[in-house]
Amino acid sequence: MKTTLRFIAIIVVAAAISAWLVGGANRGWTKTSVPVMKKDPVTEIEYQEFAERFSPGVDFLGAALLGAGVLAGVSFLFRKKPTTT
Amino acid sequence: MKNKLSSLFALVCLTTTALAGPQTFDFKDPKGVNNAIFKLDAPLEAINGSASGISGTVAFDAANPSATKGKIAVATSSLHVGNPMMKEHLHSDQWMNVAKFPEITFEAKELKNAKTSGDVTTADAVGTLTIKGVSKEVTVPVKLTYLKDKLGQRVPNQKGDLLVIRASFSIKRSDFGINPGAPQEKVSDPIELTLSIAGAWPKS
Repeated sequence: MKTTLRFIAIIVVAAAISAWLVGGANRGWTKTSVPVMKKDPVTEIEYQEFAERFSPGVDFLGAALLGAGVLAGVSFLFRKKPTTT
Repeated sequence: MKNKLSSLFALVCLTTTALAGPQTFDFKDPKGVNNAIFKLDAPLEAINGSASGISGTVAFDAANPSATKGKIAVATSSLHVGNPMMKEHLHSDQWMNVAKFPEITFEAKELKNAKTSGDVTTADAVGTLTIKGVSKEVTVPVKLTYLKDKLGQRVPNQKGDLLVIRASFSIKRSDFGINPGAPQEKVSDPIELTLSIAGAWPKS
């Protein structure tokens, strides 16, 4: 059980860091839509259009690391079975 | 005889232009290009968003731009930020109270210091800005671009003119009761606003 929890914690950390890096290493808050600047050719007005895209931020990364830390911490509650000699 | 007719035609054209008076431009944009961008500084990341629900009318006279008057409204429900929780807060009672105050309005009463060069007029628009039911007299630097006969390029089979208004200015959220409890070290008091809108005047 102890090893399983620690293994899951490592997986969670690795997955969260990978997702954060793949999502553009956003150092702001997590977003579910990101602004895309566009320009109207006639009026030359620049405007934002929000494209639906998940961009994990530092809160996402922090929550994942905290979760992994809790899992790793819980693993220490499991004691090694005493070995009989 | 031909010269006299040409002169008469030119005179009629000039008189018609001079007497044309103000045109009323409608800022309800079916293309969804009209927008207001807002920005507030915050420690981790600036809160950046936009609003697209623009409506209103502006009476503009190309021969006398300083007489420009009108009212522009922004639907508060169209305020958008990328973070869903932040958007929920933004629409809530403490921030914009979208349910109670569905619009932000600016009513321009006069244009001061108007300077026109070609189709572009720069001026200071004096008017009343109303946010969350609080009205304040503000002066906003504006740039108006009159695009004669350009409506057809945006709306097929429609003849008419366009008026583009751009404005960048700053307000204080404490002046309008926008979450006055939020500490300024967490969310800045000044809100930077940028308005870029185009109105249409279809020729009937």
